[in-house]
Amino acid sequence: MDKVIIAKDISLAYSNSETIINQANFSINSGSFVFITGASGSGKSTLLKSIYGALKPKQGSLIVGGVELKGVSGKKLNFLRRHIGIVFQDYKLVKEWTIEKNIMLPLIINGYEKGVTQNQVETLLKHVRLKHQAGKYPQELSGGEQQRVAMARALSHNPILILADEPTGNLDDYSSQLIWNLLEGANKQLKTTVIVVTHHIPQSMNIDYKHFHIEYGSIHEVN
Amino acid sequence: MKSIKNHLSLIIALLSILFSMQIFIIVDRSIDSYKEKLANNYSVVVVSQKRISDKNMIGINKIILSVKELTPDSVIKRLNTDMDSRNIELLKLTLPKFYKLNLKYYPSPKEIKKLTKDLLAKKSIIKVEDFSLNHDATYKLLLLFKGVVSVFAISIFIVTTLLIFKELKIWQYKHNERMSIMGLFGAPIWLRSAVLFRLSIVDAFIASVLVFGLFTYIASSKFILEQFSNIGISVVLFDSIDDFALLLAVAMILSVLLASLIVLGHKEEV
Repeated sequence: MDKVIIAKDISLAYSNSETIINQANFSINSGSFVFITGASGSGKSTLLKSIYGALKPKQGSLIVGGVELKGVSGKKLNFLRRHIGIVFQDYKLVKEWTIEKNIMLPLIINGYEKGVTQNQVETLLKHVRLKHQAGKYPQELSGGEQQRVAMARALSHNPILILADEPTGNLDDYSSQLIWNLLEGANKQLKTTVIVVTHHIPQSMNIDYKHFHIEYGSIHEVN
Repeated sequence: MKSIKNHLSLIIALLSILFSMQIFIIVDRSIDSYKEKLANNYSVVVVSQKRISDKNMIGINKIILSVKELTPDSVIKRLNTDMDSRNIELLKLTLPKFYKLNLKYYPSPKEIKKLTKDLLAKKSIIKVEDFSLNHDATYKLLLLFKGVVSVFAISIFIVTTLLIFKELKIWQYKHNERMSIMGLFGAPIWLRSAVLFRLSIVDAFIASVLVFGLFTYIASSKFILEQFSNIGISVVLFDSIDDFALLLAVAMILSVLLASLIVLGHKEEV
């Protein structure tokens, strides 16, 4: 099976601070569903940042989608990010754009035609149950609705990898369940690799998943 | 409403810059026009024992524009008591030659001194009247006026620079987040900054058109024209082609520079 992520002896640290992840080794198969857990400040989000190239490894090798991220050029990083969908706990929606335009963003960046873009956005708005809110701005929506928009944006361009950083952290049960269903659906139906950073793995998951736990700077797989 | 607000902040900053710039242009033109007027009214009188050709006189100093020989008739008329015409003709021949020199522009006291020195270096020239006392007083007044205008221009420059930097900070705050989010999804730098450049170009155009409208109105205002006419200055207040082109160019350069600084100063959130 193809590996979508291969990490060899990677160490992660923010500039001028101590090492957060220390010489970790792990790999993630293409099409798998992965949970990363750990205590607050253990380095879960830091690891996710390194996977989408916002934090370069201090040491070791990190290959994502065939791209070595240590010393990666801006052009190659942009290319890789065009094939990744990201969901953040704080949504990271563009405030001055309507939710329709927010969902369109990855499609525009990937150069999809207007007709395709429009159809895809309509389909996704139906999936996240926000079709009636298409013309609204993010601040006019509740937290749960905003996260559903972020989820639709992450799925819009059929990425090879979805990264979700505590996607249901602040959400009500209805929105949380909708998010988990969408992540499951993307993994089951589209064979998209999904990596979710979370404090708690939901009990309702109807899917085979891998579980990595981060503790004291090291990453180990939980059986 | 939100979109208008986004545009207004830069348009207002650009408007104040362009307005101040055009005012400075008008003041500068007025000074030039006044200098020209002074130059037309100012001349140097030269007394020579021998006749000097216009060509030779102009060749003495490059500031000399034209030469006019003054006839001694008015002087002779005053002396003309009982002299017969033959004696008058004889007197005319023995009298020195008087020349009035018109200059290319209104000279500085230093240039006047040099001109006098150059003229007196010619053997036949025995006297040069440069009316330096009158000239110096007028020139000092002109310098004072120029000084006041320069202080005004520097103040405008400082205020507008502060305005631009303030605007830069607001823009950086406004656009950084969007640019970071676009970057997370792999948008190349030109696409991330496209909105910013489009906004700045549109705003530069709007600000230039507004200033164009304002100064077209001012330039045709009877009241303003009357004020200029009262002080005897005739200047073009607003040239709808050259001035508009200059204002548009300045507005475009400033706003594109502003956008470029934001793009260059953009740091991806980690």
